[in-house]
Formats: sequence, C-alpha cells, structure tokens
Amino acid sequence: MSSIAAAPHIFWAILFIVLPLLIVIVYAFTDPEGAFTLENVTSLKDYVSIFGLSIELSVIATFICLLVGYPLAYIIARSKPQHQKIFIMLLMLPMWTNLLIRTYSLMALLDDGGFINTVLGTSFHIVGTKGAVIFGMVYDFLPYMVLPIYTCVSKIDKHMWEVASDLGCNTVTTLTKVILPLSLSGIISGVTMVFVPSISTFYISQKLGGGTFELIGDTIERQFVTGAYNVGAAISLVMMILILISLGIMNYFTEENEGGIVP
Amino acid sequence: MKFIKYILIFIICTLLFCSCNNSDGSDTPASSGKTVSLNVYNWGEYISDEDDEEYGLFDVNAGFEAYYKEKYGVEVKVNYSTYATNEDMYAKLTNSAVSYDIVIPSDYMIQKMIANDMLLPLDFSKLTNYSNISDSFKNMYYDPENLYSVPYTYGMVGIIYNSEFVKPDDVKGESWELLWNEKYAGKILQFNNPRDAFATAMYKEGLNINSSDPSDWDKALAELKAQKPILQGYVNDEIFNKMKSASAWISAYFAGDYLTMAADNTDLRFYYPTEGTNYFVDAMCIPKTSKNYDIALEYINYMIGVEAATANALYIGYASPNQAVLDSDYYKEMLDYNYSIYDDEDNCLVDAWDILYGKTKDEANISYPYNPAYEDYYKDESIDIQTHVTSLWESLKTENSTELWVHITSAAIVISVLGFAIRSTYIRKKRSKFYRDRDREIRKQKQAQK
Repeated sequence: MSSIAAAPHIFWAILFIVLPLLIVIVYAFTDPEGAFTLENVTSLKDYVSIFGLSIELSVIATFICLLVGYPLAYIIARSKPQHQKIFIMLLMLPMWTNLLIRTYSLMALLDDGGFINTVLGTSFHIVGTKGAVIFGMVYDFLPYMVLPIYTCVSKIDKHMWEVASDLGCNTVTTLTKVILPLSLSGIISGVTMVFVPSISTFYISQKLGGGTFELIGDTIERQFVTGAYNVGAAISLVMMILILISLGIMNYFTEENEGGIVP
Repeated sequence: MKFIKYILIFIICTLLFCSCNNSDGSDTPASSGKTVSLNVYNWGEYISDEDDEEYGLFDVNAGFEAYYKEKYGVEVKVNYSTYATNEDMYAKLTNSAVSYDIVIPSDYMIQKMIANDMLLPLDFSKLTNYSNISDSFKNMYYDPENLYSVPYTYGMVGIIYNSEFVKPDDVKGESWELLWNEKYAGKILQFNNPRDAFATAMYKEGLNINSSDPSDWDKALAELKAQKPILQGYVNDEIFNKMKSASAWISAYFAGDYLTMAADNTDLRFYYPTEGTNYFVDAMCIPKTSKNYDIALEYINYMIGVEAATANALYIGYASPNQAVLDSDYYKEMLDYNYSIYDDEDNCLVDAWDILYGKTKDEANISYPYNPAYEDYYKDESIDIQTHVTSLWESLKTENSTELWVHITSAAIVISVLGFAIRSTYIRKKRSKFYRDRDREIRKQKQAQK
C-alpha cells in the first residue's frame, strides 16, 4: 500500500524535479538548433568574476547571519516557553510579506533620498554598494538561519547545562564544548538555507546593488529574458554543481559528529 | 503493487493532458449567453483603470465590457495582463500556450512581428473610429501598408533632472553630455535595457541608432563603459521612486513618465537633447493566436473612440495620436490640470502640453520641438547586429569591479572556518583514536586476566 500512497509524490517529483533538471542539462549541452555542443560550457569562463563575487558576497552574508542568528536562536530557545512563541512570531512576521516587496521597501528606506536619510537628515550612501546587497541578504534570509538553530537548541535536554557545570564547565565552556557541538546540525542546515538562496538571488542585487554589478542570478535571469536559454542553462548547471560541492565540503567535516558530543 | 503505481501515474498524466486540451478549447468564441474572455496584453501602468472624475479617468476595460454587452448582448470579460519590455512580450507570445487577443508593442517590435508573420491584418472597415487617428500616424514605416496596427500612444525620450541640485550651467547645452557629467557621479541613472542605453551613447556620439556597422556599436559601448563608474545604477521602473525622492538627480526617460514624476516632485525639469532623441509609437495589434478576432477589433475601435482615448491619454500622460482627443478642449484643460506645474504666483513652470506636443495650447497642430526624422525610430535590426549588441551589453553588464574588502573579508571567513573545521576534525580523530586505543588496552587486560 505504501507504494500507492507514494505514487503521487513520485509523479510530482518526476514531473517537477527530475524532468526540469534533465531539460536544463539537455539545454546546457545543445545549441539553439538542438545539436550537441560544449560551447555553452566553455563560454562560462567569461563569468568567472561573477561567480566569484556571488560566492564572496553570499559567504559574507551567511557568516553575518550566523553571527547574529546563533545568539538570537540561543536566547529564544532558553527563554520561557510563552515568550518563545512571541519571539518566533516576531521573527516570522516579516516573512509574511513577500520577499520582493520587502526588498523593494528596503531600497525605498535606504536610498540616498530615502525615508531614513530624509527623517534623520543624514546623507549616507549605501544603495548601489556591495554592502547594501549583503545587508539585503542578511535581512531577507536571517529567519532561515535562526529557525533551524532554535529547533536544535530547544531540543537539547535541559539537564545538559547542569551536567556540564557539574563536570567542571563554566558558562563559556558549556557553550563551546557542549551546546555548540550539539547544535551543529542546526547550524549546518541554517548555513545551507541561507547560503543557497543568497548565491542564486537576483532581485536583491538588482534593487539594492543598482545593477552596476551583477551576481550570477542576474546573469542567468538576463540570459533567459534575452532568449539565450542554452547559456542560461549552462550557468544554472554549473551553479548547481558549485552548490553541491560546497555542501559536500560542509558535510565532509560534520558527518562524523552529527550524533552528538564526541566521547 | 508496482503495476498499480504505473497505472496511477498513467491516469494522472492522461487527466492532466485532457484538462490542458479542455482549457484550450473553452476559449472558443461566443455562443450567446456565455461569457467570453478577451486577453489583453499591455505595458504596465498603460491604461486608465480607475474611476476618478476629478482627473477625467474611468476604467476603460469595464467601460468596454459594458459597451459590448449593450451593443451585442454578449458578456465579455477583459483579462488584462502586463509586460515590462517588448522583448518580454515577444518571448511570451512565441513560447507560451496562452493566446492573446490584443497586444500593444512598440514600432520596431511590430516590424519584427510582421516580418515573422505573427499578426493578423485588421479589418479597417469595422474600425469606425479610425478616422480619429491623426494622418501623420498612418502608413508608418513599421507598417507601411497600414494593415496590422492602430497607434495607441507615442512619445520621445528626454532628459529629466532635478533643478534643486543640478546647476543651470550644466543643462544649458541641453545635451546628452549631462548623463556623462562627472560632477554628478553617483546620482545618474541609465536604462537597464540594451536598446535604450545604447541609444543614449549613440546620440551623444552622433552615431546612427539603427547602425548596421558593428564598429558604431563598439564605440557606443566604450562610452557606456566610461559612464558606468559614475552611474548610480541601471534601472527600469525604480526610476520613478528614485527621481521623486531625489535619490538620483539625472536620468533619461520618456516624456510622459516625466509628467507623472513631476506631479510628485515639482523640482524635476525636462528637456529634449539637441543631438536628437528616440521617437516611438506603441500600437494595438491582434496576434495570430487570437481566438476572438471580432471582439478584439471592437476593442480597438472602442479604444480609439474619443472617451476611452481621452481617459487613457490623461492617465498615461503620453502623447496621443488621436486627433479627436487633441482637438477637444476638455483634454487640453484636464492635461493642464493633471500635469502642468505652477508656482505660488500661478506662473507656469512646466507646461504639460509643451512637453508632449512642443507647441503652446493655442496652436493645435501636432509637431515636435523639432521635426522627427524617421531615423529617430528604432528599427528591427538584422540578426547579426542583434547578436552583436547582446554580446556587447553582456560585456558591459558582467564587468564587475570588486572592492578589496569583499575579497579580504570573504577569504578570511573561508580560511578561518576551514581552519576551524580541520582543527576540530583533527582533534576529534585524535581523541577517538585515544579512546579506541584505551578500549583495546582494557580489553587486552581483561583477556589477560581471564
């Protein structure tokens, strides 16, 4: 019976995941006439600097998310249960608004003649810089970092803190030697969930970056808009492979201790 | 079990395809008593879609539905959707299964669509309001035999600047040079599409915007690359907010849109560059995929009727090719009321009519600040030039300049995280080796004891 229940899901997966992926692969290795070619893949050398910039910006954004998100998740997880609900709610609240609208409003707020500059009478210039793009990524994707870590930390046995201090840990070592390793799986999924959308974003860089520099998402979008499906597919494919590689590296270092504290 | 699974998949597939076919079939026109949908595909913010008597507006799509019901007793539902660029529209029309009954592309795109046999010829005998259209908009170069298109709006590109920040001396020449003026670095906006962006550079350099010589485009590219460092950004619709809030001070954009912006920020001023500028006509066409030809024709006829055309002209703020609209005093008054800017002493600072039609209100005949040559229209380029321009645009957009701090910070993060990971893996391995050895030791001792 389980196989009948699974049939719709398998059908779904084939139609909307496997098939599109195959189409991407086919497009990446053919020319507009449909003949096999490697030209799309070799033309990618023009985009190396864009790949580099995308990776760099999303690495920085992910790291800031981690720095901000971990303490936040920890504090939420350690607060009273009735407070936790409110905190999580507040964290989720911005996500009820569409990402595009949030980004666009961020642009209106931070712009040279935007709301903040007008109200405070300042004249900082941030929209159009890489800093603004990083800020946008952090702002948009922070909840994806906090939620998995929060889940992970709140699942840790409450006695773990007592045990650690009984065995001679002070507050800092409890955190670094016990809690941090225990919540590593949360960190990993948080990092993944922030890094992957950041590296492929195109809207944030277009609005907050002003369009004077491109991330790989913009390049892919432009390829498809101008009808260069084959090159677009090739870039997408390479990006998928890059993401897979970086996830692979991450897993290599964490696989062994996912179970918990090392004896 | 596996067999059942495959059958299930097969059934779902069949259902899916059947439903696809059905939805295609249901669009067929017009037995009486049934609602017919008319798919209209237009630019964003390009039709009067609100009832507002003060500004002379009404919802023209609703107006058409009521009009059609009254005339033929058939319920029509206008499905209105929008696009941002001609190229988007073209891609959607060629790739998607949706059939549109009305599209409103620009001149060069109409030329391309006619060349690719994508449009249906219009039955002008049924367009009773066609006499409203000014003679200067008949037999245009993109549709020389006047078979496929009925003009909707037209206009020109000019330069918008913020008079509060831009010095009068810098705009005296009324030149494209303003977009390259380094004094205003970081406050200048450029089009985010190749055709319009290249045109700004080509006009500045005195090149033909429809040049078939690749080296002309290369020269324009050099200009655009020189301009890139002083730009605030390449933008589309964000231009409205950025100019209104004075985040940016200088940009090239369409005259009609300038009026919309100036309504919110009265410091904005406008001029047509003396080197020449792009001139465009957007016209209504019926694509080959249309399934409601007669209703679509009626829709076009309604849109060029005085009422709808006036409301649209007032809402969009672009110039109207409709002579009946231009002749009406009501339109002149309302245009002035909606868009002209007056100072406190009631002196006219910006005359909307002057911007759109280049003459004072009393002189009714249409003409521009100078006579537009056909050279100022975009024309459909040969495939070779199109590919060339696309690749130039590509090289302009992908040229990233990255500040050093980005490299350093990200490298530092990667190195420290990797270092940390390697160190902890090393410690863990060492530790587990220690415990393994100890266990082995203990086991040995136990065996020895036995």
